[in-house]
Amino acid sequence: MADRILAGTHFLNGDEACAEGALAAGCELFAGYPITPQSEIAERISRRLPQVGGVFIQMEDEISSMAAILGAAWGGKKAMTATSGPGFSLMMENLGLGMMTETPCVVVNIQRGGPSTGLPTLVAQGDMMQARWGSHGDYGVIALAPSSPQESFELTARAFNLAETYRMPVLVMSDEVVGHMFERVVIDPDAIETVERKPPNAPPGEFKLYEPGEDLVPQGMPALGDGYRVHVTGLTHDERGYPVINAETQADLVPRLREKIARAADAILDVEETDLDDAEVVIVTYGISARTSLGALRLAQAKGLRVGMLRLRTVWPFPSKLIAEIANRVAGFVVPELNLGQMVLEVERAVCGRATVQSVPHAGGGIHNPEAIVDAIEEVFAHAR
Amino acid sequence: MLAKAKTVPPPEVLDGMSHPMERYLRADRLPHIWCSGCGLGTVLSCFTYALDELDLDEKEVGVVSGIGCTGRAAGYLDLDSYHTTHGRAIAFATGLSVAQPDKKVVVISGDGDLFAIGGNHFIHAARRNVDMTVLCVNNFNYGMTGGQFGPTTPIGSRGTTAPYGNYENPFNLPYLAASSGAVYVARWTSLHARRLKESIEEAISIPGFTFVEAVCPCPTNYGRRNKIGDGLDELKYYAERSVIQHGADPADADLAPGNDIIVGRFLQRDRPTFLQSYEKQILDKQQFVKPQGMGKGPHRTSGATSTDGRGTT
Repeated sequence: MADRILAGTHFLNGDEACAEGALAAGCELFAGYPITPQSEIAERISRRLPQVGGVFIQMEDEISSMAAILGAAWGGKKAMTATSGPGFSLMMENLGLGMMTETPCVVVNIQRGGPSTGLPTLVAQGDMMQARWGSHGDYGVIALAPSSPQESFELTARAFNLAETYRMPVLVMSDEVVGHMFERVVIDPDAIETVERKPPNAPPGEFKLYEPGEDLVPQGMPALGDGYRVHVTGLTHDERGYPVINAETQADLVPRLREKIARAADAILDVEETDLDDAEVVIVTYGISARTSLGALRLAQAKGLRVGMLRLRTVWPFPSKLIAEIANRVAGFVVPELNLGQMVLEVERAVCGRATVQSVPHAGGGIHNPEAIVDAIEEVFAHAR
Repeated sequence: MLAKAKTVPPPEVLDGMSHPMERYLRADRLPHIWCSGCGLGTVLSCFTYALDELDLDEKEVGVVSGIGCTGRAAGYLDLDSYHTTHGRAIAFATGLSVAQPDKKVVVISGDGDLFAIGGNHFIHAARRNVDMTVLCVNNFNYGMTGGQFGPTTPIGSRGTTAPYGNYENPFNLPYLAASSGAVYVARWTSLHARRLKESIEEAISIPGFTFVEAVCPCPTNYGRRNKIGDGLDELKYYAERSVIQHGADPADADLAPGNDIIVGRFLQRDRPTFLQSYEKQILDKQQFVKPQGMGKGPHRTSGATSTDGRGTT
């Protein structure tokens, strides 16, 4: 019998580390469909889950994979699915069901080049705005972006905790290079903290399924058979969970789905700051692009330029407040990402014209040449002078 | 010219009176939204009588439905009930059933939901033999959206998107279920209330993927457009044309216009369920420890240990 937490030092790729992170956090059910470049997650977890009393289900597509993990969550389980671009698109409707019914679960996207079938085996970060706005209607989003196998482990585990804390599907927005990159992963069971599902705060009859607490999060989630006889619907619903189709109920429910995340943003936000104190230009980036940006940062510093870096481990909610503060004291921002400019739009919104914002786009299929990022940094300096 | 729908006053609720199956119904959600003459109320009643006959506690059953008129059934049942997305009830129920294998999971949904948008999930859940009962209310059209033709609409029948008559071949649902791997297959109409109830009881009792088709009138959107008349007229048609043939080959149970309506228990067989097969092929061979009921997982018993949601530090 293998251990649920794979303690020790290992040589894993990001996909494998992601599967181990899920297990460490208590994942008991994985439903997924094969797709490059996430298949190593499914392969790893299909071997590991039976060893620890869990179940792996290979579903018929990504639509059903997303639906099945929602069902498992209402069956009382911690559950996950993993996919890549085309599968992520297929998951969007049921991701919305998860948001509307406030169902905790984890969705991993190992991003590849799009649109459509695009570049199945090659990297991109083109789904960042889809992560935020992919399902119809308004809702809040939590999305994490690992830059290494070690972080694939840690952030996947954290995604499970955030899902339980805020009662929603949480996204892990990794990418092909991080997913396929092998590195040392150190797993210390004592350092792993898990958040368990909150039981209902009242007995059946008195309990209201969607009555929010002060944190705007529903207070406890009964599983099938717990005796609460819940009604769960994707229709607009009242605090009992009953469908009520009118503007008033919509106004009670839907803004809360955004506000519960906005209000908790400071607790959710997780960024890494490098040499920010005296920086005149700041690189804002995430995922694999943060690895190439670190090279660019050192090259620029070697040229005597005062450059810092803000690496986003949570991309949604976006650290607007922090970037707005930094904007008051720097000349500009450089935003390298493997898309034609997505998160840079959020940087521009936060900066609001108070500093230069320079996108460093890349259509995907490879990673940035650090020189391209250095060029962008120098351009910002030139503009400032 | 379509016949004008008769205006029917809302049902009167009599003081001191309650539905005999009130224990399974959310009385505070009634009256339901279904039209006068619709068969859904009958099917829902048959379902609750079946639960009563099996003496199933309210904690023992979970109902999942998709979207459409039948999709609203979950909302009227005082059970754990899940109203999901269009077509995905079976996929949701797959996760629910595997997570709680000791509970009875029943999918109640319509023909369009289960067999058009959700058709793929139906055949794969049947193939895997996931432990669930699928109760399909087949009214031959998309009622909620206004009477468009669907995957069970007979050739020649009219719908709002088949103004000259439907020209697509429909599914024969029992044949599809049987060939996909279901371990129990039956068909009744909403006229056969007692037999329908008995088949629902059997389907719920048998482990694995079990299927019951309930043929139902939809006077508002199907009956009046196809000169069948109102709900009662359609029940009379069922009485005239239904033929009970237990054990009939589902391949011969096509509901083509002019055919008799073949009803009965068509099939019952033993196949290992998804979880039985999983245990036999994986857990036993590898000497892995069986999941503890997959429903009594360790994480549900301990309290929250963190408030900010940070996992690893």
